[in-house]
Amino acid sequence: MLTFLDFEKPVAQLQAQIAELRAANLGADGGDQIDMGDELAKLEAKSADMLKGLYASLSPWQKTQVARHPQRPHFRDYVEHAFTDFMPLGGDRYFGEDHAIIGGFATLRGRQVMLIGHEKGHDTQSRIKHNFGMGKPEGYRKAIRLMDLAGRFGLPVVTLVDTSGAFPGIEAEERGQAEAIARSTEACLALPVPMVATIVGEGGSGGAVALASAERVLMFEHAIYSVISPEGCASILWRTAEKAADAAEAMKVTAQDLKELGVIDRIVPEPVGGAHRDPKAAIRNLADTIDDELTTLARQDVTYLQERRADRFLAIGT
Amino acid sequence: MSWFNRVRNSLPFVAKRSTDETLWIKCKGCGEMIFASDYADNLYVCPRCEHHGRIGADTRIAMLMDEGFTLLPQPEVKEDPLKFRDSKRYTDRLRAARASNPHRDAFTVASGAIDGQPAVVGVQDFHFMGGSMGMAVGQAFCDGAAEALRRKCGYVVVTAAGGARMQEGILSLMQMPKATVMVRKLRAAGLPYIVLLTDPTTGGVTASYAMLGDVQIAEPGALIGFAGQRVIQETIREQLPEGFQRAEYLHEHGMVDRVVHRHDLKGELATMLRYMRGSKAA
Repeated sequence: MLTFLDFEKPVAQLQAQIAELRAANLGADGGDQIDMGDELAKLEAKSADMLKGLYASLSPWQKTQVARHPQRPHFRDYVEHAFTDFMPLGGDRYFGEDHAIIGGFATLRGRQVMLIGHEKGHDTQSRIKHNFGMGKPEGYRKAIRLMDLAGRFGLPVVTLVDTSGAFPGIEAEERGQAEAIARSTEACLALPVPMVATIVGEGGSGGAVALASAERVLMFEHAIYSVISPEGCASILWRTAEKAADAAEAMKVTAQDLKELGVIDRIVPEPVGGAHRDPKAAIRNLADTIDDELTTLARQDVTYLQERRADRFLAIGT
Repeated sequence: MSWFNRVRNSLPFVAKRSTDETLWIKCKGCGEMIFASDYADNLYVCPRCEHHGRIGADTRIAMLMDEGFTLLPQPEVKEDPLKFRDSKRYTDRLRAARASNPHRDAFTVASGAIDGQPAVVGVQDFHFMGGSMGMAVGQAFCDGAAEALRRKCGYVVVTAAGGARMQEGILSLMQMPKATVMVRKLRAAGLPYIVLLTDPTTGGVTASYAMLGDVQIAEPGALIGFAGQRVIQETIREQLPEGFQRAEYLHEHGMVDRVVHRHDLKGELATMLRYMRGSKAA
């Protein structure tokens, strides 16, 4: 069952109506009592139009909800539908294995890459296992290790960013959450191989930057990327989390805004109604785009890649 | 004359209005009333409880550097790029901060020497919008690193910030990789990069240039962390341990090399710079 978001209520109501009509028209023999094909098709078209209209003009706060939709494709879905031969590699060699950040060898359209990303989980059990996609120091240190490995063996790095932020906890602080994030950002910048980062859902603060300091940064059409969550910003500046919608608006968190600000390079289109309505189509779009980016980058030499990465960040603010 | 007296004499004295407020200061550590001039003489460290008070960029620079340093010009960056407004306009907040601070933003850079050792010193001022890192802070950090590269000398950065400047949204977040690019350049040039963490250093500042020093030192009692304590408490719903996220706690957990009393900072920094001259520095 598709979970409807608050702002999708009109569509949800229409869909419910259609379902009701269908059920009422169902005869004892399992066939239709009367032919309503035309009527139903009209209603379906109306519903589709409505959805299209809604998604053409989503507010930043609505996009935040879409980016966080529980049925939005997650890391495991990309692994299943866009990549082949994924071989996860575990552990930071210092402390442990973090399930919020996953990485390993993978093949994209015949090209060997190092794939790293956040996994939020899809049901209660898996969400707990993956700590809701909030990485701990050992997760970022694993990413550093895998990036280093990729660099030494000439594998381009592909990252899929989807986190509300790095985990705020006692042990995370004790083990140096800040240091792990800083070093992971540095590891991105140091890569001697191409790196393409995509904000696929939520790009939450330092926990996102640590895996997104690439020469090419892509973003899904309805993904968000921000310095702090809209709720966090609202509770600090407006002194109430209820102003999250205002904060989302003010902070400019959408792909469209960030493209204009020069923070991201390319927007990956989502199917009408968001990636969660047709995950396979969304994943295909992303795979096409990453493949295209990697093809272009494959022609560049190391110095060019590193300088381009450095220059894009140095240019921000000037 | 020892460096301590020299610094003490060169420090701008507290305003000479003889009201009780300016004559006496209440220590934020022990709550005792301290004679303001004693407090300034002691480099804003409480003579009773050793609590290290928060100080501005000019005081810090005078404290750490030899006479004759020069201040780098504040960088020109785009102001209020997002046209941000919460309960107040960001431009109004900036104006208010500038009215009560000698500098145009929260990061000031001085080029000179520390006890004879050539050095560039960058200081973040918590009094300016919580020291928060926006484009001006990020650019000033980078300008300081560029100056150290030009002079082939060490770069000492004194951090103090609540984190990123939310009013600049994603552009403030981008200062993390931006500053990191310059740290890498210092490293490639074989120049020392020393971080002095002061109270408080949290958020995106900690998670970038504040944790990438070749040597990391902290002032006693300084709050240093990634996540804010309230956020952590709301997330895990547990009591935070005694001394959590304080300088001594970080030292105990291997995150900083040394916790150094303010009186000893200049001497220690100079010693470090002498050890880290290497073959490439001037």
